[in-house]
Amino acid sequence: MEALVASAVGVLTAAGIFLILRRRTFPVILGLSLLTYAVNVFLFATGRLAVNAPAVLNKYEEVPYTDPLPQALVLTAIVISFGMTAVIVMIALGAYLSSKDDHIDMAAQDSVDDAGEDA
Amino acid sequence: MNHWIVAPIVLPAILAPFIIMVLRYHLDLQRIFSVAGVVGLLGIALTITAQAAGGEIHVYELGDWPAPFGIVLVLDRLSAMMVLLTALLALPVVLYAIASGWDERGNHFHPLFQFQLMGVCGAFLTGDAFNLFVFFEVLLIASYGLMTHGGGAVRLKAGVQYVTYNLLGSTLFLFALGTIYSVTGTLNMADLAVRVAEIPAEDTALLRVGAVLLLLVFCIKAAVLPLHFWLPASYANAPLPVAALFAIMTKVGAYSILRVYTLAFGPDVAVTEGLVGDWLQPAALLTLAIGSIGILGTRHIARMVAFCAIASMGTLLVAISLFTETATAAALYYVYHSTLATALLFLVADLVMERRGGAIAPRPPMPQSGLISALFFVGAIAMAGMPPLSGFIGKLLVLDASWYAPDATAVWAVVLIGSFVTIVGLARAGSLIFWKSYDASTQIDPEPETEATNDDEPPHRPAPEPQPGLAFTSVFGVVLGLVLLTLFAGPSLDYTRKTAAQLFAPEQYISAVLGRED
Repeated sequence: MEALVASAVGVLTAAGIFLILRRRTFPVILGLSLLTYAVNVFLFATGRLAVNAPAVLNKYEEVPYTDPLPQALVLTAIVISFGMTAVIVMIALGAYLSSKDDHIDMAAQDSVDDAGEDA
Repeated sequence: MNHWIVAPIVLPAILAPFIIMVLRYHLDLQRIFSVAGVVGLLGIALTITAQAAGGEIHVYELGDWPAPFGIVLVLDRLSAMMVLLTALLALPVVLYAIASGWDERGNHFHPLFQFQLMGVCGAFLTGDAFNLFVFFEVLLIASYGLMTHGGGAVRLKAGVQYVTYNLLGSTLFLFALGTIYSVTGTLNMADLAVRVAEIPAEDTALLRVGAVLLLLVFCIKAAVLPLHFWLPASYANAPLPVAALFAIMTKVGAYSILRVYTLAFGPDVAVTEGLVGDWLQPAALLTLAIGSIGILGTRHIARMVAFCAIASMGTLLVAISLFTETATAAALYYVYHSTLATALLFLVADLVMERRGGAIAPRPPMPQSGLISALFFVGAIAMAGMPPLSGFIGKLLVLDASWYAPDATAVWAVVLIGSFVTIVGLARAGSLIFWKSYDASTQIDPEPETEATNDDEPPHRPAPEPQPGLAFTSVFGVVLGLVLLTLFAGPSLDYTRKTAAQLFAPEQYISAVLGRED
C-alpha cells in the first residue's frame, strides 16, 4: 500500500509540474490543482498509513489507531488550496478578458519602455 | 496570561470584516477606520515591544491548550520588533495610499490592507510551524488582492504569475512540513527543537530533506537568487504604495529563516550542521550581485526599486547566513533600515510615475520636481548605504560582523562592489529623471511613450486629484524614520544585540513554551 500511495503522490506531482511549465494559464491552473492533490495525499500519509483504524484513542482497550493530526492538517490544506485555486481562476480570467490573451508570460509589456531586459 | 500578544492579530481581523460589511459604500469612513486601526496597531506594537524588551518570553496559548498540543503565540524580542516594524511601515503607507487616491481605484483596498497586516503580524508571532503556514496564506491571499488592486491587463497578468509562484511555494511548504512531521511527530517549533536534538545523527536523511525544503520556501518569500523571479514583475506592476507595504513581506521570509534555523535547526544542532549557512551565503551574495546589476540595467523606475529590494535582501541574508550573534544583531538593524528605505523608494517612485510615467529617460519637467528629487536623493543615499543615513551604519555593521568569517573576502568584495554599482545605478536614474528633463540640449521625445505604458493600466479615470500635502507628509514620515534610526543607532543596536543573544540561547524559548507541562 505504501508503494501505491507513494507512486500516486509521485505521478500527481510529476503531472502537476509538467502542466505548470505550460505556456497558457489553463493548464498551469490544472497543474497547480494536481500538485495540491499530491500534497494532500502526502500529508495524509505523514502520520503513517493505517487501514481500518479510528483516529481516536480508546482508553478502555489497546486498539490500533491512526494519527489524527495529519487529518486536521489535510483539512486545513484542502480548504486553503481550494480557496487559492478559486482566486487564481478569477485573476486569470480577469487577465484573459482584459488582454484577450491567456499566455502566462508578459513579453509584450517589457518591450514598451523596458526593452525586454532580464525577461 | 498576557492578552496583548494576540491583539496585533485580532485587531485587524475584526476591523477588516467590519469595513467590508458595514462601511462598504463609505470610503471616507473606511479611511478613518483603517488609519485608526493602524494607529491602534502601532500602539499595541509599542506596548508588546516594551513588554518584550525586558528579555522575558511571553507565551499565549490559544484556547488554553498547553504547548505541544495547542497552538501558541510567542512574544520574544524578535517578534516584538518585527511587529513594531510592520506597524511603523503600515502607517505612512496607508496615509500615502489615501492621499494619492490609490485606495479608490478599486474595491476593498482597506479591508485587504488590514488582512495583510493580520497575516504579517501573525507570522511574526506564531510559535507553531503549521500556523506559520496558515498566516503565510492569510498574508498571501490579501496580497493577491492588493497586488491586482486597480486592475488593468498588465497588472492582472503579473498577478497571475505572482499567485502561481506563491501557490507553488505554499505547496512546497506543505511538503516540507509533512516531511518534518513524519520524522519528528510535532510541528510546534519549541517541541521541534527538542525532538530534532534527540534524533540520532545517522538517521536524519529525511529530516535534512525537510529542513532544506523549508529553507527553499522561505527563500522564495525572501526572493533569494534562484527563486527571486517573481519579485521584479510583481512589485513593479503592483500599485506602488502596495509594493511599499510588500517591503515587509520579503522580511517575513528572512524572519522565518532566522527563527527556524536558530531555534529548531540551529547552527549547533548536529543534524543540520552547516547545512543552511553553506547554501544560504553564496545564494545571498548572488542575490546582492544580481540586485545591483538589475538596478543599473533597468529602464523603469518601479523595476529599479524592485531590484533595490532584491539587493537589500541580499545584504540582509548575507548577514543572516553567518549565523553568529554579532552578524544577527547587524542583520536585525539592517531589517529596519532596508524595509524603510525600500518603502521610501517605492513611494517616491509612485510620486514620479503619477506625474511623468516610469521610464528612466528625460521627459518634460513635472510639477514639484525639486521636492521629489530631494526625496529620491535621500532614498537613494539610504538604499546605497552612503553616510549619513542608516544604510551606512547597517552595511558597516554587516561588514564588521563578517570580518572573522571564513569567506570574509567574498562578502566584503560583493557588498562593496554591489554598493558601488547601486550608487551608479541610482545616480544614473536620478540624473536622467530629474536633471536631464531641465537640460535645454536634451531631445525629449515629442510623444512621451509613457502614455503607451499607461494604456493598459486601469480603465483610466484620470488619476484622482492628488492631495500632495498628506502624500508628502507620509513620505517624509518614512524619511523621519530613517533619520531616527540613524540618530538612535546606539539604543537600537543595543536592542538588536540583546535580541540576537536571546535567539542564540534557544533554551529560554523552549522552556518558556514547554515549561508548563513539567
